[in-house]
Amino acid sequence: MLYPDTVEAEILVHKPWFVATMFGVVLLLFMAFNMSGTSFAELMRPVIGEPSVSGLYGRFAIAFAIAVIFTLNVVLIGFAPLKFQIGIVWLELLLLFIAFFETFHLSLPFIREKLPFLISQGVVTTLYVSAISIVIASVIAVAGAVAKLSNNGFAFAIASFYTSFFRGLPLLMQVYLIYLGLPQLGFVINAVPAGILALSLCYGAYMTEIFRSGIQSIDRGQWEASRSMGFGFALTMRRIILPQALPVIIPPTGNQFISMLKDSSLVSVIGVWELMFLARTLGQKTFQHMEMLISAAMIYWMLSICLELIQSRIERHYHRSKVR
Amino acid sequence: MRAPAIIEAKAVSKWYGQFHALKDINLTVRKGERIVICGPSGSGKSTLIRCFNRLEAHQVGDIVINGVALHGKMTNAAVRSNVGMVFQHFNLFPHMTVLMNCMAGPMWVKGVSAANARKTALRFLERVRIPEQANKFPIQLSGGQQQRVAIARSLCMEPAVMLFDEPTSALDPEMVSEVLETMTGLARDGITMVCVTHEMGFARAVADRVIFMDAGQIVEEGTPDEFFSRPRHDRTKLFLSQILKH
Ligand SMILES: Nc1ncnc2c1ncn2[C@@H]1O[C@H](COP(=O)(O)OP(=O)(O)OP(=O)(O)O)[C@@H](O)[C@H]1O
Ligand SMILES: [Mg+2]
Repeated sequence: MLYPDTVEAEILVHKPWFVATMFGVVLLLFMAFNMSGTSFAELMRPVIGEPSVSGLYGRFAIAFAIAVIFTLNVVLIGFAPLKFQIGIVWLELLLLFIAFFETFHLSLPFIREKLPFLISQGVVTTLYVSAISIVIASVIAVAGAVAKLSNNGFAFAIASFYTSFFRGLPLLMQVYLIYLGLPQLGFVINAVPAGILALSLCYGAYMTEIFRSGIQSIDRGQWEASRSMGFGFALTMRRIILPQALPVIIPPTGNQFISMLKDSSLVSVIGVWELMFLARTLGQKTFQHMEMLISAAMIYWMLSICLELIQSRIERHYHRSKVR
Repeated sequence: MRAPAIIEAKAVSKWYGQFHALKDINLTVRKGERIVICGPSGSGKSTLIRCFNRLEAHQVGDIVINGVALHGKMTNAAVRSNVGMVFQHFNLFPHMTVLMNCMAGPMWVKGVSAANARKTALRFLERVRIPEQANKFPIQLSGGQQQRVAIARSLCMEPAVMLFDEPTSALDPEMVSEVLETMTGLARDGITMVCVTHEMGFARAVADRVIFMDAGQIVEEGTPDEFFSRPRHDRTKLFLSQILKH
């Protein structure tokens, strides 16, 4: 949270000018759209008569009703305590989202039929490919960061060449390069290991930079204190520097993890049966693309939410030593 | 028989690039001795004591710590665990509790069991008179308390000599005395210490010898009595007049 000032602010959404402005904007916005064909207009039939012939009056009445509901909703939420506010707003946004998907007229039985396979094959593959890649990428990142901070010319050159190369190429191209390029050198590599290798190397390069800046953020005095206790380099790094760098490293690393989870879909191009691959192929036969794509999208989202929750837990853990 | 030498510096010189930071330093500290080093800012006091635990490397001359000669190709860790260092800015490990700060050294360097390390840590926290803060994090303590924890942390390694680099100069005035009292206590217990400080009252009370440095050289060296009452060099007189004016 931002560090709040002690001034007790009036609640913004209860200020008359704000409520009036909000009302006006929503009213105008919905006047601009012709809502007379929607199911909301059907609900208004007792007031406006046949929606399609209600004309300007109908439009106005519909927009007015929406504006009233919207404004009332916001003002009421303003009274709730913070936790409820967050919960309610999340829920409402979610409902709007579902309402949006409703308009696609998705075939639920089809989804229900394919979902088990989508999860047992697709999600499992996605998860283990990204989990292994994340672990390898983190190891690369620590090594890369140390190399980039060392005054060993070879280590620095190799590490900076590596980060420059793998950050500079599109991930998709790296996947192809590794899958199609390594066999040229005589290493025949399966699709799954090739995918894992590409993801690890690419994300290792990004995370090297994150780890490097995290390590650099630690005060010189910590190194000196640790050395003066007789701790060697490895011990200093593992027990003193990295644990303190973690609070700096974790938020951007959490980002990387989430992004990696979704970028693992790129390995579908070399035929790994992960979530994205199945989402594209399962719906193909019956032209039910949307069903599978939206299911996969929801699954990706849910997995990301899990990662977000894990991240916030870890952040809270490291917050302990910072509060007075 | 004289007590064995813990620190022996012979003709030590050090350069930072072109800058000659230490010039021909000769100094012997014997077991149980209490040395106070003072001198104007930039005179090389920190540099000198940081050479004693190889946080800095000297280029010319010999430094022998507790019988081990310091040179470039050695592993520093063994020497350092024998030399305690207390910093101006405490440098406690903020992610560990006070107790863990004190247990870490014995456990990780000497391989002492957690239970024994804990016992030692509590004993020394008792000695700096803050056992009740053991489970707090450093940031929850006042500056004076943090510095006392830092002293306890170093003591837990049971070093042959304790180095202090201006341990009170980052503290608010009312906290200075609690740290000085702790240090006086250590001095009374016969711990070998080399202390860079401008607390002249402390120097008078506990020091066996006061050393005055200027421009990278040891200018004057003597008992507190000689040093304060009959300074020989003009630079010492000037320094004393400036520092004792207030
Ligand atoms: N890492 C370094 N690189 C270059 N010059 C340095 C370095 N560290 C110290 N010096 C220089 O060496 C000289 C001695 O520094 P030192 O820190 O030992 O002084 P000091 O006596 O401890 O002073 P103070 O009372 O301000 O702490 C100073 O002129 C300083 O500028
Ligand atoms: Mg200094």
